Order: sequence, then C-alpha cells, then structure tokens
Amino acid sequence: MIKVENLSKTFGNIKAVDKVSFEVSERETLVLLGTSGCGKTTLLKMINRLIEPTSGTVMVNGENILNKNATELRRGIGYVLQNTGLFPHYTVAENIAVVPQLLKWDKKKTEARTRELLQKLHLDKKILSAYPNELSGGQQQRVGLARALAVDPPVLLMDEPFGALDTITRSKIQAEFKGLDELKRKTIIMVTHDVQEAFELGDRVCLMDKGSIVQLGTPADLLFNPASEFAIDFLKEQQLLLEFKTAKPAPPPKGGTFELDGVVLPSEASLWFLLEQLKFTNTEYISILDSERKEVGKLGIEKLMAAFYQHTKNYRHE
Amino acid sequence: MNEAQQTLWQFMQQQSDKLIAQTLQHIGLTFISLIIAIVIGLPLGIFIARRKQFAGAVLGFAGIMQTIPSIALLGFLIPVLGIGAKPAIVALFLYALLPIIRNAYTGITGVNTDVREAAVAMGMSSPQILAKVELPLAMPVILAGIRTATVINVGVATLASYIAAGGLGEFIFGGISLNNTNMILAGAIPAALLAILFDALLSLVQKVNLKKAKAFAVAAPVLVVLLSSFYFLPSAYGGKLTAGFTPEFMGRQDGNLGLQSRYGLKIHTIVISDAVMYKAAFEKELDVISGYSTDGRLKAFDLVTLVDDKKIFPPYYAAPIVSEEALRKFPDLEKTLNLLSGKINDSLMTDLNYRTDYLHQSPERVAKDFLIAHKLWRPARKGHAGEVRIGSKIFGEQYILANMYAMLIEGYTDYSVATKTGLGGTKICFDALTNNQIDFYPEYTGTGLLAILQAPKTVVDRLGGDKNKTYNYVKNEFAKQYHIKWLQPIGFNNAYALMMRQKQAAALGVKTISDLKHYLDKK
Repeated sequence: MIKVENLSKTFGNIKAVDKVSFEVSERETLVLLGTSGCGKTTLLKMINRLIEPTSGTVMVNGENILNKNATELRRGIGYVLQNTGLFPHYTVAENIAVVPQLLKWDKKKTEARTRELLQKLHLDKKILSAYPNELSGGQQQRVGLARALAVDPPVLLMDEPFGALDTITRSKIQAEFKGLDELKRKTIIMVTHDVQEAFELGDRVCLMDKGSIVQLGTPADLLFNPASEFAIDFLKEQQLLLEFKTAKPAPPPKGGTFELDGVVLPSEASLWFLLEQLKFTNTEYISILDSERKEVGKLGIEKLMAAFYQHTKNYRHE
Repeated sequence: MNEAQQTLWQFMQQQSDKLIAQTLQHIGLTFISLIIAIVIGLPLGIFIARRKQFAGAVLGFAGIMQTIPSIALLGFLIPVLGIGAKPAIVALFLYALLPIIRNAYTGITGVNTDVREAAVAMGMSSPQILAKVELPLAMPVILAGIRTATVINVGVATLASYIAAGGLGEFIFGGISLNNTNMILAGAIPAALLAILFDALLSLVQKVNLKKAKAFAVAAPVLVVLLSSFYFLPSAYGGKLTAGFTPEFMGRQDGNLGLQSRYGLKIHTIVISDAVMYKAAFEKELDVISGYSTDGRLKAFDLVTLVDDKKIFPPYYAAPIVSEEALRKFPDLEKTLNLLSGKINDSLMTDLNYRTDYLHQSPERVAKDFLIAHKLWRPARKGHAGEVRIGSKIFGEQYILANMYAMLIEGYTDYSVATKTGLGGTKICFDALTNNQIDFYPEYTGTGLLAILQAPKTVVDRLGGDKNKTYNYVKNEFAKQYHIKWLQPIGFNNAYALMMRQKQAAALGVKTISDLKHYLDKK
C-alpha cells in the first residue's frame, strides 16, 4: 500500500531523515517511535508532502506521490495533528466538512457522512454548531479524527494524535480508537514518542534514531529480540510492563470465551489485562468457556504467571 | 463660558454651509486615502507574510513614511503633484500605509502554525488557505490596523487645507490666523468627533461575530466608497478663474469678505497656505491669489498686484509692539528698536524678502547685510543685563526683522537675546506677548486693527485707510486694552493685495480689482 524507498531529508547540513525504506501493507498500522528530533515527524510529513523529500521515493498504491499534484494528493490522505489544528473560526460541522467541500461533495452526502462519523466517534450531534474552543480536549481530538476521516481516505497519517491529552483521557480514547471499525479498514502511519502507545496501537513498530531506522518489527520482536543497545535502552524502563501486555494466554477453544463474574472478556486479551481484571474483583480465577458455555478450565494468578514465563521463554528462543 | 458656547453655536449655525462642506470633504479625504491604502497595503502585507525576506524592506519604507512630519511631506509632494486633493490624498495614503501593512503582516504570520499546517494537509491550495483560513483569522488584527489608520487620517487631514484640499483644517488654521477661537473650535470639535465616531464604529466592526463577517465584507467596501465620494460633492462646481486665498484672508473683512461685499467679486475659491500659494499661481494652478505687497516672491514669480480701487485693504505698516512691562524692565529697549524706524520702504522690503524667499539666503545674513549697508551694525557686546525675548510669525519678513532687532539689541545694549521665531500666526504671537512669553514682535497696523482689536465697521470706515489715523488708533487701543506699546513704524506697508500672473493679467486686461470683477461677470 505504502512503499518508502531510500527516503532522505536534509535541512542545511543536518540529515533529518537518512535513506529510510519500509513498506506498510493494506490495513496495517505502523507506528514510528523515537525520541524528539529522531526524524519520525519529518518522515511522516514527507508522505503527504507537507515536507518535500530531498531524495528517495514514496509510492502510495503503486503511484509515486512526487508525480502527483500535492493538494490533490493531500485530499486523499487523512491527517491528524497533535494539537488537532482545528480551524477556530469554523464550527465542528464546518471543520468536518473541509475536505468534502474541497472535493465538491454535495451537501446531503456531507451531512450524512458527518452524522455517521459522529455516531461512530461517540460525539453528540449538539456539538455540530459549537466552535472548537468550546469543546473538551478529548472531544477536539475526536473531531480532528472525524475531519481526517470525512472522505473515507484509505490512508491515514497521525502525528502524535494523543500527545496533548491527559493520561486518563488518552487511554480512554486509545481504547476507543483500537475498537473503531473505521480505523481497522485504514492503512495508518502514526508517530509517537510514547512506547506504551506504540505497543498498544501498532501492528508493527518502527523504532528510529538520528534519522535512521533502528529496528522495525512487531511489538514482540522489539521486546524479545532487540536489534541493538539502543532498542534495549529505549524499552528498558517499561520492559516488564510491555512484556505483560504483549504476552497472551492460550486462547479459549473455538467459539468459546473468557469470563469473569459473568462478564465476557475479549479472547485476545493480554496477560496484563487479565491480571488487572483479577486484581479489581475478588474472584479467584477467570473461567474458560467452550462454545456451549461449559467451563473447560480456569485461569488463576499462578496460571497466568506460568503462561507469562512460557511465553517469554518461547520468544527468547525463537 | 455659557456666552462663549452660544457664540460658538451661533458661529457654527452661521457657517453651517461651510461646516458641512468641510466635514464632507474631510470624511472624503480620509476615506479615499484609506481605500487606496487598503487596496495597496493589504496585498503588500499578504505578500510580505508569504515572502518574509521582503518584510524588512517594505515595513522599513512604510515606517520611514510615517516618521516624515506631515507638513514636510506635503511640501515634498507639491513640486510633483501640485496642490489640491492629489498631494493631500497621497500624503494621507502614505500615513495610512504602515498600520495597514504591518497589521496584515502580523495578523497573517500570527495564525497558529498547527492550523495552517492542518489547512495544507487537508489539501487546500495556497489561495484557499489565504481566503478560508489566514484572512478570516487575521481579520481582527487587520481591522485594528485599519482603525488606527482611520484615526491617523482624520487628524492629518486637517493639514490638507494647507495645500488647498479643503477639510476642517480650513476653519482651524483660519481661526488661528484670525485670532478667532470660535472658528478654531468649529473646525477642531467636528474633527475630534469624527475621529471618535470612526474609531467607535470600527471597534464595533472588530467585535462583529465571525459568522456575520460575510455580510460585513460586502457592506464595508460599499460604505467606504460612499464616504469617499463625499469629497467630490462640495467641489462639484467650478469657474473661469480659480482663486487661492489663505485661511486668514478668507475670513477677514479686509479680505475675501470685503471683496464680496464691496466689489461683489464672485470667484471660485480654494483655501491654501501662503507657503505654496505663490508657486501654485506661477504654475497656473491658481489664477488669483491673496498675497502681501512686499512679498519677495512677487518679484520671483513674475506676479502683478491688482490696484485696490475701492480701498478695502487698510494700511499694514509694520512696527514692533512691546509689552509695557518689558519697556520698564529694559530701559534701553525702545530707543534701540527705534533705530530701524523709517529705514525700510516697500521696495527695500520686497528686495529683502526676495533674497530670503527666492534666493534662499538665510534671514540672518540678509539682516546683517542690510544693517552693515546702512551703517547700523555693531558687533555683539555679549552683555548680561537680562534677556530680551523676541517673537516672530512664521514667514520670511518676520524672520528678517527679528534677526535685525536681535543684532541691534546685542550691538547697542548689554541685554542678551532669545528669539522665538516661527510662532504660527497672529493669535499665537499675540497670545505669547500678552502672556509674557515674549517681550515684543513686529506687528502690522492693519492686523492690529482688524484681527486683534476686531474694530467695528464704523471705526474702520472712519479711519478710511489712512496710514497715520490707523496707527494712532491701534496705538491708543493697545495701550488701553493690553498695556502694549506700538513703537515707531519701520516704514514699509505690507498690505494685502490680489495678485495675478503678469501675462494673464495683461491678456485679460485686468489692472484693478474692479476690472477682475467685470471680467468674471462677463458671462
């Protein structure tokens, strides 16, 4: 879907991005992770030509974007900014309708799409006539996402989309985003400096330093097979937490579920999530139910911990 | 106080035609120049916001324009653009430029970078970003600039009357020349009210909700063009010949009023400062001007005075007028000042004026040359017996006289001298004298009679334009009313006179003011 080859950007003598190559397949979420100044944002902005590359190519859907008209290219790529970049003089409805208007959609189509997005993003219709400064940070970020999704572009670029939110709102919205069908259909490249966020949301994570890629792989790859000292150092502080979040117990039998006090838990839940659930209830274990809702096993703390050791051992030996 | 207010009100009622015409001209001047400044300044501001490498140069140029004193700027423009509306509008335009360019630049560059980046990333083209994002967001700042420019223009437009462009300055400067407080206020109060009014209106516009901005975007240009057209309403008349009279001449019985009542002269008249009047006549911008009979430029610009066959211009013999307090304080002063008495006749004075006004010799040099030639000059004694303060009005002849008196005092007495030259007009000079800011200045009998004493018509008629009778009358009245003494006349008579270009006067066969009237009345 997106293919970046030997992409470089120099500002004066400084190489912000140095011969970077990677591919993102359709419906995949790639997270560009790194410290500030590592070139991740520059890399992102070259994909919709907010920054023109010094050399290299970017292919989107088999087409070299440098051969396309920049404004038309951008209308076909969704873009979400850290500080939302909502137009303060436009209402929420007008903000969402920016790109449809540029593409000369008719009014009814735009309105229908706006309504659809509001519903999906859990926004109240009442805010349509409000101005951005009248909204909370979380609402603003949702509107920013709605604006980026308005014309349903296949590709979405996100520049630290949750960076400006407080921790509580951030994890709430992250969870929402993860569950959003609309986003599951997109090819997404997202920039963040937050390791947890990268691991939470990325199918693959691209760790960058000084304009180059240090390691590109699944979160588990990065955790258990770090490619360099830098990768180890970068994850070190949150290593254990991330490992718990990455590791999963054996899934329930086909058609079955995990259940706790009668509440169904997601079958692909991480060990961290399951441990958290146990901690917050006084129940001793999580039931494993088969497709006929018959209990076929139990997951207590010991079992979960055993699964964790098994998991890490498997990965380290891979 | 109450009485004074009533007289002001009466004056304004009496002069309501002029007042309305001047106010409309004033609004017109302000807004024509404002439109031009917006039309040029706004795109320029947008341009430098896009190409910042030019910002320094453009803002620097506009900044320099702003710092040029307004009268000097008008002076620079006269050789290029002549007199009247053109140079006035150009000058006002240049003053309005800086706040408009600067605020457009600041407003646009001040747009939040995230918002601008979002606009680019959404796929807006450069013109779309400007129209949909940058201009709407910069609008409050841009409007603040336009508001500043408007208020500046209302103020500076008062100076337009110096170069015959009309406006409320006609009353203000006429009033200062004529010692007529009501006239000053009749110009100054409406000018101040206009500034306050436009400022308030624009502040409302600034607060207009962004939603209503679209309606405003249509209404504002229409309104501004409408206001601009005011300028042309009063001047939509013309005539065979054009006269340029000073604001002072316009309001005087021995000036335009007398021309109208005694001669029945009807001529298309514009108001102009005497600094540029002669040149304008020479360059055929004006046909008839109100000059002074000893003015050096008469000689320089080949002008001829028309004979005052009905004697409406009283004699204007010059003499120093001194406060009695100064005479007591400086016992040697009177006889020193009288050294000049009877020494300068009309042609001598015209020649001296010619040397300063046209040959651009310094008044100091002209004064010294004259004193040496007449064996009056003595080196300064550098005494310390007290400081005599000399005043003068703001034209060449007065500078020359003030310099002569300064040299005489320093050469013949032990007093030192401070000169306060360039006091704007009769009122300013005379007020300085009565308020003990200066000790003496050269005044003219006719001015004393009509502008200061404001003698009733019966008195003026009784004096009948006689030199000695007029001198004695003002001498007595000044002593009685103000404790100011008229010393002996210097000799020359710098009376008002109507002047025309020699060639034109000859071609039209005009020698007297009555001839001029007959020519104008012939259809």
